[in-house]
Amino acid sequence: MNTLIYTTALGLFCMMAEVFNLRKLMIPFILAGLTAIFYANIADWNHSGDVVLYGINMSHMVKVDHFSVAFSGLSILLAAFIFILSHDYYKNEQHHLSDYLSILLFILCGALVLFSFNNMAMLFLGIEIVSISLYIMAGSRRFDVRSNEAGFKYFLLGSFASGFLLLGIALIYGTSGSFYMQQISNYAMSGNVSPLFYLGMLLMLMAMLFKVAAVPFHFWSPDVYEGAPALVTALMSTLVKVAVFAAFYRLMLFCFTGTFAYAQQILALVAAATIILGNAVALSQQNVKRLLAYSGISHAGYMLLTLLSINGGNAAALFFYGTTYALATLGIFALAIPVFASMRSEQVDAFNGLGKKHPLMAAMLTIGMLSLAGIPPFAGFLGKYYIFSEAIISGQVTLTFIAIINSIIGVYYYFKIILAMYTKPANESIPEPTPAFWLVAGVCVAGGIILGIFPNSLITLLQ
Amino acid sequence: MMLLQLLFLPLLASLLVLLSGNKWAARVALGLSLIEVVLTWLTYQEFNQGGAAMLTFFQEWISNPKISFHLGLDGLGLTMVALTNFLTPLIILSAFNRNIENSRGYFALITLMQFALVGVFMAMDGMLYYIFWELALIPIYFIALRWGGTNRVPVTLKFFIYTLAGSLLMLFGFIMLYWYNPNHSFDIRDFYSNAICSCKQGWLFWLFFLAYAIKIPIVPFHTWQADTYKESPTQGTMLLSGIMLKMGTYSLLRWLLPILPSGVNEWAPLAITLCVIGIVYASVIAIMQSDLKKLLAYSSVAHVGLISAGIFALNMQGLQGSVVQMVAHGINVVGLFFCADIILNRTQQVNIDNLGGIRNVAPQFNTLFMVIVLGSVALPLTNGFVGEFLLLFGVYEYNTWLSVFAGLTIILGAVYMLRMFQRIMLGNVSDATSAFQDLLWNEKLVLGVIVLAIIVTGIYPKPILDLSKPALEIILNKATIK
Repeated sequence: MNTLIYTTALGLFCMMAEVFNLRKLMIPFILAGLTAIFYANIADWNHSGDVVLYGINMSHMVKVDHFSVAFSGLSILLAAFIFILSHDYYKNEQHHLSDYLSILLFILCGALVLFSFNNMAMLFLGIEIVSISLYIMAGSRRFDVRSNEAGFKYFLLGSFASGFLLLGIALIYGTSGSFYMQQISNYAMSGNVSPLFYLGMLLMLMAMLFKVAAVPFHFWSPDVYEGAPALVTALMSTLVKVAVFAAFYRLMLFCFTGTFAYAQQILALVAAATIILGNAVALSQQNVKRLLAYSGISHAGYMLLTLLSINGGNAAALFFYGTTYALATLGIFALAIPVFASMRSEQVDAFNGLGKKHPLMAAMLTIGMLSLAGIPPFAGFLGKYYIFSEAIISGQVTLTFIAIINSIIGVYYYFKIILAMYTKPANESIPEPTPAFWLVAGVCVAGGIILGIFPNSLITLLQ
Repeated sequence: MMLLQLLFLPLLASLLVLLSGNKWAARVALGLSLIEVVLTWLTYQEFNQGGAAMLTFFQEWISNPKISFHLGLDGLGLTMVALTNFLTPLIILSAFNRNIENSRGYFALITLMQFALVGVFMAMDGMLYYIFWELALIPIYFIALRWGGTNRVPVTLKFFIYTLAGSLLMLFGFIMLYWYNPNHSFDIRDFYSNAICSCKQGWLFWLFFLAYAIKIPIVPFHTWQADTYKESPTQGTMLLSGIMLKMGTYSLLRWLLPILPSGVNEWAPLAITLCVIGIVYASVIAIMQSDLKKLLAYSSVAHVGLISAGIFALNMQGLQGSVVQMVAHGINVVGLFFCADIILNRTQQVNIDNLGGIRNVAPQFNTLFMVIVLGSVALPLTNGFVGEFLLLFGVYEYNTWLSVFAGLTIILGAVYMLRMFQRIMLGNVSDATSAFQDLLWNEKLVLGVIVLAIIVTGIYPKPILDLSKPALEIILNKATIK
């Protein structure tokens, strides 16, 4: 709860900062602020229970537990990486740095709400804070047609999904008589559940599946990923994806355990379709951002496997997978953005001959790709392992088998970039990542190796 | 602690080679791999003096799922580690006097490969073993991709995806084993001591068998192999055929036979039949080949087919033969591919029909090549003879008819190997071979050591047999259903 308040305050400060001509100080200040918030978040670890603020018990609204603290820590870290990258990424943009940075902080606020909500209203608020901020961010290149298209498309489709979510919440409120998760859960387990409750649950599922870009609600994601500025794409595919998944998990765990059997069949079907389609379509992509969008869709499918049964092990698996996926993806983006910039192209061809021009960059990108593909000893492998293992325990053997087959297909398109780097003839322009990009990429890649070898501390966090 | 040094020295070597720069890379790699040979010798001494069945190192690693850093070396593992560490310096030395672009990357990957291979042969925890198994794939893929022939991109991708597919099935199998055993761990001791209901072993067998059948390769899962051997740079081919194949056959012994005995007994007739079909099929194809590297690739399929057949015969002769032949084949095939490399490097001819008469211009090469060829056609007093004899004896005990077909390997092998030798070395000097330069110092050294090994282990194979026998007895005991 403290983290949320501090982050909001930091965001408000950023909005004002440019007025007072503090532009140069902003990013260092935000990073210092995020460090403080990170520690405030850690301090919450041992204080789970009722959240009391100025004498008012907030626990019907937010619930701070180990789950929320762990995911909050991850998202603060990811946000800090994005801020480090923004310093150089927006160097040449003369205007409105403060707008951009404050919106980024508000996305983090939304994410923090999503990790700790205990009430349907908070869920909706969290989703909307994240979504509305993202509509703006996706369209933030005002004079770029594709960015405009991305923002507009995302906005239109996203509003529909929000509408579904709201209608679902309304139906659930109408049948169970409460916004409070505990009471909804009690109602769902009472055995005497109105059909409208199921309809409400279905609508909410659809909205959440839209937000995580699961098949068949995935159509927005490649277009938006492609059109949005690359750093925003990085943000969407890491922080936001993990945040919405955590919210989804929390919703299923705290709200719908009683009616879970119905949701499970739908989710199993959706997960299979998402994994298969995401992988199959990624095979034919030539644009790297679209390729990563489809790979992100298939990864969403793997993460959906954790929603198929509700037990503690799954939370740990989701957290570990989310961390490894986000680190690998962010590392790849931190290296790909300089490549895009130097080649003025976002196609796979832009990576041609990078292995000769810049062996270190190519090696780091390769490690990122191998981690995403789930090849040991990199962290992505253990992430996949935990998810598959949990899915097998909960009896989803066939689905796990489909997922394993698909992770073989996945190798093929990640290797497309690796092959371009090592086998194609080099072109002249050499990408020059700034120290900020090296730093983020280095930390992410190192994380991908270290977590692959020493996963203990992270995986035991939520067990 | 010896085990840790033995395992991590190649990893350290890989880093040092990378830092040493292109000029020194080959020498640093060679020096460190020779130290690794010394370490292997010391480990062998320790093993012999200790009298324990296995040298072990155990360290808790990941608590959930329970994965431990459990290393162990028994006679079988030690034989394989010794083979790896004996061949690696030869492979590195064989690349001297060759122009290799970005050589520090090349030798760093070779030593990284050595690390993964030693890890596979030492790991006593299923997941640790799996991680090394997959790790071995990465360096060899990049060796073939960066330094391979013209058609390398699709060929190596096929190789990678094919073997990864097998590995993932094995991963699936390991996860199932983890949940089926009551301790919920990946430790090999838990796999060995808790028998799984024989009703489940049938399909679990296939998860593991497919992974190994692809790696070995057993017909009909061999289609990646010939092209990959052809397109890889010579050192890559040597690593693949000399050592990496043995990962598959070794794993049959360590991770399949003792863990899923009823599955193995249920499916052994089919598996051994596939192996024997593979022997005949690959031999026939080898006879038809005129591309030198492909010919050797198919001869390799035939040889490992016989090794696998001996393993699935499930008797002591078969198992012992398989170990001896793994060592022999490893040594011989590295020698053969090096000879092929020498020929290709000097004449730029892959087609054996365009060669001939090299004997007249390069007598030293002729002698050494001859001994290696004789070793691989299993002439008595060479290493190939001991292994093939034991293997065929093992298959004969299993089934007479199968052994008749498997025995064809000796005749067919002689046909294609001697025919190849005759076309390349004898006859009239052709345009391509007239300027053939005799061996350089490093080539002499590599081939000399290999020839020495062929003759010594052929005349006196007892150390290998003695070393691996206790381990094989344990394995056979577990694999036999009472």
